[in-house]
Amino acid sequence: MTTKLDLDPVTVRKARSLARKAGRPIVRIAQQHTTVSVERATLRLAGLGGADAEGTPWVNRLLDAVRADVGLEHGAALPVWDALVRSEAEDLLTLAQKASAGSVRFRIPEGRDAQRARSASKRAVGGGIKTIDRRRVERDRLIKRHGDAPRQPWIYLIVATGDIYEDIPQAQQAAREGADVIAVIRSTGQSLLDFVPEGATREGFAGTYATQENFRLMRAALDESSKELGRYVRLTNYASGLCMPEIAALAGMERLDMMLNDSMYGILFRDINPIRTFVDQRFSRQVHARAGIIINTGEDNYLTTADAVEAAHTVTTSQLLNEYFAKEAGLEDWQLGLGHAFEIDPAVPESFRLELAHALLARELFPQAPLKWMPPTRHMTGDVFRGYLLDGFFNLVGAMTGQGILLVGMMTEAVVTPWLSDRDLALQNVRYVLDAAGGLHEDFRPAPDGLIATRARQVLGETVDLLDRIADEGLLDAIADGTFGLMRRPADAGRGLEGVAKKADGYYNPATDLLEEA
Amino acid sequence: MSTLVRPYGDTTGDGMVQLSFTLPVPHSKRAEGAAQQLANKMGMDPALVVHAKPMGPDFTFFVVYGRVNHLVDLDAVEVIERDYPLLTPKEVNASIKQSLRRRLVVLGACIGTDAHTVGIDAILNIKGFAGEKGLEYYREIKVVNLGAQVSVPHLVDRAVAERADAVLVSQVVTQRDAHLLNTREMSAAFSEAFPAAERPLLVVGGPRFDEAMAGELGVDRIFGRGTTPGEVASFLAHRLAS
Repeated sequence: MTTKLDLDPVTVRKARSLARKAGRPIVRIAQQHTTVSVERATLRLAGLGGADAEGTPWVNRLLDAVRADVGLEHGAALPVWDALVRSEAEDLLTLAQKASAGSVRFRIPEGRDAQRARSASKRAVGGGIKTIDRRRVERDRLIKRHGDAPRQPWIYLIVATGDIYEDIPQAQQAAREGADVIAVIRSTGQSLLDFVPEGATREGFAGTYATQENFRLMRAALDESSKELGRYVRLTNYASGLCMPEIAALAGMERLDMMLNDSMYGILFRDINPIRTFVDQRFSRQVHARAGIIINTGEDNYLTTADAVEAAHTVTTSQLLNEYFAKEAGLEDWQLGLGHAFEIDPAVPESFRLELAHALLARELFPQAPLKWMPPTRHMTGDVFRGYLLDGFFNLVGAMTGQGILLVGMMTEAVVTPWLSDRDLALQNVRYVLDAAGGLHEDFRPAPDGLIATRARQVLGETVDLLDRIADEGLLDAIADGTFGLMRRPADAGRGLEGVAKKADGYYNPATDLLEEA
Repeated sequence: MSTLVRPYGDTTGDGMVQLSFTLPVPHSKRAEGAAQQLANKMGMDPALVVHAKPMGPDFTFFVVYGRVNHLVDLDAVEVIERDYPLLTPKEVNASIKQSLRRRLVVLGACIGTDAHTVGIDAILNIKGFAGEKGLEYYREIKVVNLGAQVSVPHLVDRAVAERADAVLVSQVVTQRDAHLLNTREMSAAFSEAFPAAERPLLVVGGPRFDEAMAGELGVDRIFGRGTTPGEVASFLAHRLAS
């Protein structure tokens, strides 16, 4: 793509190197720690699923027992597979059952025993990684067989009934109406659960739980739709909150195609401990990298709490940080659905040109990434007619700046969960704009010293200043200060901190090993 | 004398309204007739089905224009009118300073599983809403914003610890009446934890609340859609500092 903003390459390089400087200490912290969810994800990759009669997953039961005996700092693999090698149980599930009944004692094996436990665990977890690899190949094959989405941006639609069996026909209907990507909204509050629920959700709050069974049901339904429609329909869910590593592993094994996975969202908007988040984040991104999953980052959220003009540079800053963390974890450019949103107050003069400037800046800073363009929410007032117009302008910016993923805006945003007719009207809006102006980006060249180019340069400049400060004072302190989304989140507070441990010398995790080998 | 009005299209008294809806029937002449029948039953006569569009094989979307024969009696309308004077931030500060002789402490939160802080932030954050600065901007108000997904017991504990004069709670999620259940749970917890005379002022806000339900839900005030920080600040000053 030829450049339209004529960004100074030195400034762009500087921004990236500052993001690296700010991010590297965080990666080091992530490498030095593990979390309960990382260890449970490892057990899941080794094939341990299901839950006990109370609905507590076996991975939680087993890990809690291990932790009570030998702590978390050596990881789960050594004590668990040591117990299996010692024939405490014939398989993982039996071991989990025995452990939760208190009839197994765990220890940290040494010498040859440790070696045996390591290789046994690596074999078991390798099975899960192979499943993920197979699912990735399967996706590529299905895309080849059915065809891919007909054009970019991909049209991204949400279903959110709270009942997976209601979500399925809605999702299939949305696909028929033109959706290329279906996102199943998660039940409110799952972020703060320190376990992944089991089974199909019939009664969620404003969404369904991210569970392996829900993933499987919806993917199977959309496979049917893909066949019916002659194009592969992608499925999205959320790898976020306290269990993101486990959800990422389940997503990989059930062939989800995109996952919402932001490096800082949980910290800022769910008050999850920063260290917990960064450790979980890194592992989940390594899984996504392996699974060929496209991540969607959540920068749009900052603009729902902070002003979209004043805070524009915090979006760019976060995108650069997300990019650094993503690439460090092994994700490639095509997997980076970096987020941004159309949230400038329409009462601000030239708001549309400012939106164009911000969207174009993101496009040119990340030319290979399928950016995720999010519709207005904050200034949707309940005046559905005005909202429909705003959504039209949002779509136009999407078309003019080559966005990769377009989340379809609903005129009834802030009024009701979308009705059938809301979705139909919204898709007509998107289709009209893309058909009428889909190629407009070819003719659109902002004047070099005009408002758009100047504004983009200004935002980039402010981004470099902010990154400079963050790199200097440390990202954790910047987060504690309320730099992003105006939320103040200190590193020693927040939910899930009790599930973090500093790795001991002999720490071993076969999943990390296998994911980092590649 | 009662004041009667009718909807206004382009002429006084023409009674014109617009309506859109979906029927679960395939698009056909019959479907359009069905739309017209519904509009007639809703009191639109004549009703003009100006647009009918199939949505998939099983549904049709309609836009209908027409005249309603209903009269609206303005005198019979019951609403919660503002029963306190609207003050400027300066006046709010002055009245707090004068009557409390200390800063007024406001505790804010989204309770339950609700993660939508838009409402509470619009009222509390200095950034504010609709051109008005939030309560953090008021020199004489100390704001403690606990953010999203705060449990009721935690809210009560913090109210005690902060010696809160007022507790502001916002609720957006309304699935299965979560906003009403949460509000009742909160007011009950506060009644239990505080003697009646010492209980902080309880204020609830959200787009789906009925402002007339305050008594029923056990709170002092409900603020609906479009409430500005200035209105909330004025209310607090009126109830706590006058």
